[in-house]
Amino acid sequence: MKVTIDGITVEVDPGTTILNAARQIGGDIVPPAMCYYSKLQGSGGKCRTCLVKVSKGSEKDPRPMPKLVASCRTTVMDGMEVQNITSPEVIEARKGVVEMLLINHPLDCPICDQAGECHLQDLGYEHGAAKTRYEFDRRTFEKIDIGDKIQLHMTRCILCYRCVFTADQITDHRIHGILNRGDHSEISTYIQAAVDNDFSGNVIDVCPVGALTDKTFRFKNRVWFTKPVDAHRDCNHEKCNGKVTLWYKGEDVIRVTARKDVYGEVEEFICNECRFDKKKTADWVIEGPRKIANNSVISANHYDTLRPLPVVKTNPVLQENNKNQFERDTRL
Amino acid sequence: MGRKLLLEHINVPNINTFDVYREKGGYRSVEKALKTMTPDEVVEEVKKSGLRGRGGAGFPTGMKWSFLAKPEGVARYLVCNADESEPGTFKDRFLMTYIPHALIEGMITSSYALGANTSYIYVRGEMMPQIRILEKAIAEAKAKGFLGKNILGTGYDLELYVQPGGGAYICGEETALLESLEGKRGNPRIKPPFPAIAGLYGCPTVVNNVESIAAVVPIINDGGDEYAKLGIGRSTGTKLISAGGNLKKPGVYEIDLGLSCEEFVYSDEYCGGIANGKRLKAVVAGGSSVPILPANLFFKTANNEARLMSYESLADGGFATGTMMGSGGFIAFDEDACIVRNTWNFTRFYHHESCGQCSPCREGTGWMEKVLHRLEYGHGKKSDIDLLVDVSKKIEGNTICPLGDAAAWPVASAIRHFRDEFEWHVTNASEAMTRNYGLAHYADPLPKKEETAA
Repeated sequence: MKVTIDGITVEVDPGTTILNAARQIGGDIVPPAMCYYSKLQGSGGKCRTCLVKVSKGSEKDPRPMPKLVASCRTTVMDGMEVQNITSPEVIEARKGVVEMLLINHPLDCPICDQAGECHLQDLGYEHGAAKTRYEFDRRTFEKIDIGDKIQLHMTRCILCYRCVFTADQITDHRIHGILNRGDHSEISTYIQAAVDNDFSGNVIDVCPVGALTDKTFRFKNRVWFTKPVDAHRDCNHEKCNGKVTLWYKGEDVIRVTARKDVYGEVEEFICNECRFDKKKTADWVIEGPRKIANNSVISANHYDTLRPLPVVKTNPVLQENNKNQFERDTRL
Repeated sequence: MGRKLLLEHINVPNINTFDVYREKGGYRSVEKALKTMTPDEVVEEVKKSGLRGRGGAGFPTGMKWSFLAKPEGVARYLVCNADESEPGTFKDRFLMTYIPHALIEGMITSSYALGANTSYIYVRGEMMPQIRILEKAIAEAKAKGFLGKNILGTGYDLELYVQPGGGAYICGEETALLESLEGKRGNPRIKPPFPAIAGLYGCPTVVNNVESIAAVVPIINDGGDEYAKLGIGRSTGTKLISAGGNLKKPGVYEIDLGLSCEEFVYSDEYCGGIANGKRLKAVVAGGSSVPILPANLFFKTANNEARLMSYESLADGGFATGTMMGSGGFIAFDEDACIVRNTWNFTRFYHHESCGQCSPCREGTGWMEKVLHRLEYGHGKKSDIDLLVDVSKKIEGNTICPLGDAAAWPVASAIRHFRDEFEWHVTNASEAMTRNYGLAHYADPLPKKEETAA
């Protein structure tokens, strides 16, 4: 079936959501998504950042939809016409959502480990106002150690439910969720119990902001000073494929994450052993430098000079790959 | 005098017991439906009646029933939404307390029509007396063969359960109710799929309000056409109105839809006028979530015709000059009522009850409440009024469920119709405090923001 988004028509399979149809087109017309995560069933629809206007329902029923709809949960109809960045109504609503999200999310990007990888930071930059109209006290929370490897900084949480879905769907049992309601809602564990299972670390990767952070990486470095390198290993865990990104500071691996796609979503989830325990280059088979989008702040330090990653210094093949990539990025 | 269908026997002693209710003609609709009608015929009668959902949305009940998917080998459910908790609305509680068998009878007839063999009455958790009353009524009906296996020898089986809720307003939203009924956190589901396709435990489900289900009884007893003769236009039948506020005779009234608003407020048969001989200032016609209307607009439509208690007439003119029938929670405010204080009070409720699932409602309701609180307590700024309008616009229509709209409409309408009163609160903070609380000194000791900055 055909769907037209901001004047660009794309053919998609039945059941495709507007968001995923837009992702097939790519570029600026892709609505932002803070809570939707394609790898997690049932996610999406909550943050309302992906609201779009359906100006024509379908060929059969061309009536427009009366309200803005969440593009991540609305499936396309044949002949549907959607407005995203071409609709002032959508932009206005999104501005409102960003303002609401930032009410209780501190702009502590200078000290936040997620800075540079934060979806809300991008969203705030693209749609936020320079000044908030909110003048009241913000809610604050004590930081909670949920397990020895993860720290929950609830003050930053925007309640996207991604971590809850992750724990629900890829770990053996979930022991954390949402407590209370309204703006008193908070992610928590039962009596601050540890989130302790082989895949718990993935909640860090799915968090769109800096609410769940890796305690083995906290305050070690800013992401744009690190060098990301794709690597893999033969992991014994049956559900883990062992494909990761290693984040280097000098010659040390200071963080291991799962690999993410262009929309910041994990391609395949990894186990805790790969994430937390394998922090030596010798543990991994290095594939080469990770491709980072030009517009990402992580790319910032890759442009000034061509500095091959320390780890590939002695490998001429990888050195050549590295060089090619940086040259291409610089040209772009 | 209007015809009473639901409250006909309200004054009969012990009408809450099975025997007295039966003596007064109770459970005839069950006998008629199960013994002489097919389920589709029952649905057809409800369609003919033009009955519209009495929970607030006013969607045609028969049409809702006809949307129910009927896949082979999959259970279907009827769920009664008895989670009534909107400020100003208390008619379902009244019905369940005094004539519980009307609901039980309606549940059996409706369940038969929908092909449901298990049905639930989801009652707000705080209503323990009503829960006990309903459980007793169900036990009585079961003992008399109107529930359980092979009802009245017709081969139809129905188990009916009362399920207390956790006590959250959001659980009155039908999908949040289903989540809660399944034992989960009461968060609204994102639609589609609608409950008629995938509802309770993923099975086709119809969720109806208490009053809607009770209204099925007279529809089947007398026929849908007869029911449709009552009322006006597409607002057929009778409606329970829970009247509160500054009225001489607050209470629950059954009115023919189409009754004039003026008669409802001033006639002795109904509210008897405004208490203490005061003038009516404003009205909330259908529960706190609907837009507030000043008295002059409540009695006259946009075309300067007499406004009627009907879905269409109350909505005449859109939100600029009209409101909604909603759940029938009627609240009257006399000339002394403070609209700002009332708006703050409503918003406080919605802030407290927002489930927190989607961002605009979670954050916006709290923001509005804080600004209104500031206005009410004498620290407001003139820009706060426009800020409130803007925040309410940012919430309206952008949330998962209608709670966002329910929170936004009272604020937007109060400012639309009573902006001068909000401005007066900004310029006469001290006087406002005196008027509302008798606390002349209260507003002064607290420094205003501008003074603090200086």
